[in-house]
Amino acid sequence: MMEFIQQLINGISVGSIYALIALGYTMVYGIIKLINFAHGDVYMLGAFAGLYATLVLKMSFVPALIFSMIVCAILGIFIERLAYRPLRNSPKIVILITAIGVSLLLEYTTMFFLGPQPRAFPKVFKEISYSLLGGKITISNREILIIAVTVILMILLQYIVHNTKIGKAMRAVSYDMQAARLMGINVDTTISITFALGSALAAAAGVLVGIYYNKVFPLMGIMFGLKAFVSAVLGGIGSIPGAMTGGLILGITESLVSGYGSSLYRDPVAFVILIIILLVKPSGLFGKNVREKV
Amino acid sequence: MRKGFVRVVALGLLSFLLLFTSACGNKSESSNAIKIGANLELSGNVATLGQSGLNGIMLAVDEINNAGGVLGKKIEIVKYDNKSDNTEAASVATRLITQDKVVAIIGSCTSGNTLSYVNIAETNKVPVISPSATNPDVTVDPKTGKVREYIFRTCFIDPFQGTAMAKFVLNELKLKKVAVLKDNTAPYSVGLAKFFVEAFKAGGGEILADENYTTQDQDFRSVLTKIKNLKPEFIYVPGYYEQVGQIVKQARELGINVPMGGGDGWDSPKLVEIAGAAALNNTFITNHYSSLMPDPKVQDFVKKYKEKYGSEPDAMAAVGYDTVLVLVDAIKRAGEATPEKIKEALKTTKDVEGVTAKISLDENHNPAKSLVILEYKDGKQTYKAYVNP
Repeated sequence: MMEFIQQLINGISVGSIYALIALGYTMVYGIIKLINFAHGDVYMLGAFAGLYATLVLKMSFVPALIFSMIVCAILGIFIERLAYRPLRNSPKIVILITAIGVSLLLEYTTMFFLGPQPRAFPKVFKEISYSLLGGKITISNREILIIAVTVILMILLQYIVHNTKIGKAMRAVSYDMQAARLMGINVDTTISITFALGSALAAAAGVLVGIYYNKVFPLMGIMFGLKAFVSAVLGGIGSIPGAMTGGLILGITESLVSGYGSSLYRDPVAFVILIIILLVKPSGLFGKNVREKV
Repeated sequence: MRKGFVRVVALGLLSFLLLFTSACGNKSESSNAIKIGANLELSGNVATLGQSGLNGIMLAVDEINNAGGVLGKKIEIVKYDNKSDNTEAASVATRLITQDKVVAIIGSCTSGNTLSYVNIAETNKVPVISPSATNPDVTVDPKTGKVREYIFRTCFIDPFQGTAMAKFVLNELKLKKVAVLKDNTAPYSVGLAKFFVEAFKAGGGEILADENYTTQDQDFRSVLTKIKNLKPEFIYVPGYYEQVGQIVKQARELGINVPMGGGDGWDSPKLVEIAGAAALNNTFITNHYSSLMPDPKVQDFVKKYKEKYGSEPDAMAAVGYDTVLVLVDAIKRAGEATPEKIKEALKTTKDVEGVTAKISLDENHNPAKSLVILEYKDGKQTYKAYVNP
């Protein structure tokens, strides 16, 4: 039982990170029906921005997190403006391939300038492990931090989407882009802001991962990006609570698979889940049925 | 207007790439030199191994060239980065053989990367001499049981390394219950684990768990939680420093305070950076040599290395240095620098005075070398024991 609780803690920490990244996939898909495969690399750049902020600019954790989120928000807008906006009316496949191209461009440009070696993340605060129930369960202050930051950002995002003018615009654009434009909503700005928000969340995930695993490297976005994508699909792509739930489910499943099965099955299981979801309920757990337009 | 902007950006990127590729393409041709290839991990996930190895190699080459070279010629090292990647290592080997026409190849540092091009070297009849590929399959084809004619090494092999650690745990640490956590994607790690387990069971020990991970993994908490509940007295992690660093760190965070250990794949300054000095306390590794050994040969090497690079030479630097000595000895005895002659001479290598040992190669192209067991204390390696073959 104690082991089970420990595995849950392990799973929730990783799952929170998946959820943060998954939000970016889900928001962008929700609004322009594009799977932004470069998103995992934005997360990687977020980790490097955080590294730069703490190492060179000597920032403490919160300023570094905010710095990294701002850098990636700008990057997100830039990517959308340069790579996706010129192709907005092109066939879906063109945009999808462009997304993969952008992903590779980001990975290898980073590798070119920073080298492929992993870098150790500086210790931004003292690492403490709390042991509960006579050492049977341990939880580190970083795990608490990951979960706390994720929950705070989630609540913030929910607030932005449901209670602000820009949130209303985002929902309107995702509902019907043409109608929203006719109603006087600036569609381009709205899409830019969606990219900025999603990228900022990915950056936060990047910094948290840097602190949690103490290691950042240019290809770190590939696996985490894919897992976050699976989380988004699992929860229902386009749904914000779905991304959160999907991330947690995936994190916990992985943790239980390696804890009670074999760690070699962890990644296959994640992708088997993806395939099963696509076969059984393609809209995901929280997905809505697409309305037919008459 | 919009299209024009995109075009400008695309053109800019293209010219940028062209500029860089052409800038990297300069090669120096000197006919009066013996060309030796170096196929090393200069970047990627075991980059510090290749970089230290290269430092050791260059130290030896510079010394030999300053002393007049071999057979009246200077040695020229043609080095390429294999990015710690199997496929890349194979293409680097092909390039060295077919384009640069080297007479021999030094490398690679890991067994997996070396194994990826042993067949290429065999087919093209160019000798390869690895400083640190410890897996037995590197020189002996496991399918046929035959020795690979052109492949040599200057390091001990995994059965020796794994067995030495098993005996150390049983006899010195007096521990009987062990968990093994290995990198299932690295032949080095799988090999070491296998020989450790065999020797440990034979010595009366008990293996509680034999778990796996892959090189891409970042999170080991789940599998470590599982291991923790089995209550092992020692955990053997025969991987490379990058994952090992995280495994040790995460294990300590989960409250696993038992001793842990591994092989020469741990030996990197990055290990201390990733795991943290405190987490590494109570860990033991088998290694090729220690810069703390009082042997004057070792101390002389350490002094020269420090003068040139300003840092303490790790084991990879020492075996890199020794590999050049063995190769140059063979070229001298061969009388001419052709792959065929060098191969023949390498086979009869006897008593080459290296830093790590006096090296003689046996019929399987392996040297019989002793190893050292080191313990990490506050992030520093300390000398623990010396094991003879």
